[in-house]
Amino acid sequence: MKISARRMEKVTIFDISGNIDLSQSPEVRKVLLKEMREASVPRVMLNLSDVNYIDSSGIASLVEGLKLSRELNSRFILFGLSTNAREVLQISRLLSFFEIYENEEQAVAAA
Amino acid sequence: MAWLEARPLDRRDLLLRLQLNSNPEILCVVRSAVSQLSEELGFSAEECRAVTRAVDEALTNVIRHAYHGKRGRPIELSCRRIQDPADGGPREALEILLEDRGVAADQKKMRSRSLDDIRPGGLGIHFIQQSVDLMEYKRIASTNRLRLLKYLRPVKQEIAR
Repeated sequence: MKISARRMEKVTIFDISGNIDLSQSPEVRKVLLKEMREASVPRVMLNLSDVNYIDSSGIASLVEGLKLSRELNSRFILFGLSTNAREVLQISRLLSFFEIYENEEQAVAAA
Repeated sequence: MAWLEARPLDRRDLLLRLQLNSNPEILCVVRSAVSQLSEELGFSAEECRAVTRAVDEALTNVIRHAYHGKRGRPIELSCRRIQDPADGGPREALEILLEDRGVAADQKKMRSRSLDDIRPGGLGIHFIQQSVDLMEYKRIASTNRLRLLKYLRPVKQEIAR
């Protein structure tokens, strides 16, 4: 799993690749929350187009990011979700709580 | 892993048997194997993802809760094709058994939490229950045994005349 951040003036885009499961979600959570606190930008986007699998611990990391974004008054946006990622958000009944777009172009245009 | 070998193993319907260590890095390997097996059995793509998700979440629970994150502890996964004596006649199913020697599960916690509470954590059991047709837990001597069942074919609905 790899996670990197593209920092722009009012947005930080996290590019994540690999699987977000028990072995990797602690790293995702650590990098995501640290960067969000430090940059404190109005918009945070997670590019999940290279993430094939997310488990319940990965969903927990996304929920923590969402909660922190609300504390920081920033928007928390997901794009590029795989079928698996959509399914687990659906099962968790969390789809409506996240702002979700098909791809980066749509996410940037909407933000 | 003598404790695992001590139990008689019925190999007639055995499809897959994995002896694992409680290391999180092994999860992706197990997902790959279970996904391939489900596909071979004729499950749809959605069902394959469901079976894989159930096994992954169950293993995650073993590593996190039965072994408290300790690595190198034994887990056995076995998959069989069975005829389940369900209501309405036997049904062909994939049976998945997960066994470990960790601490016993608190059965009060083995149920879905309210999803209205938007908070991290506590979703694993919910994911398993949503992904398979049956989930059973037993503590046998010092072994935890989780049994998951996924039916292979839907029951034909009788059309009322």
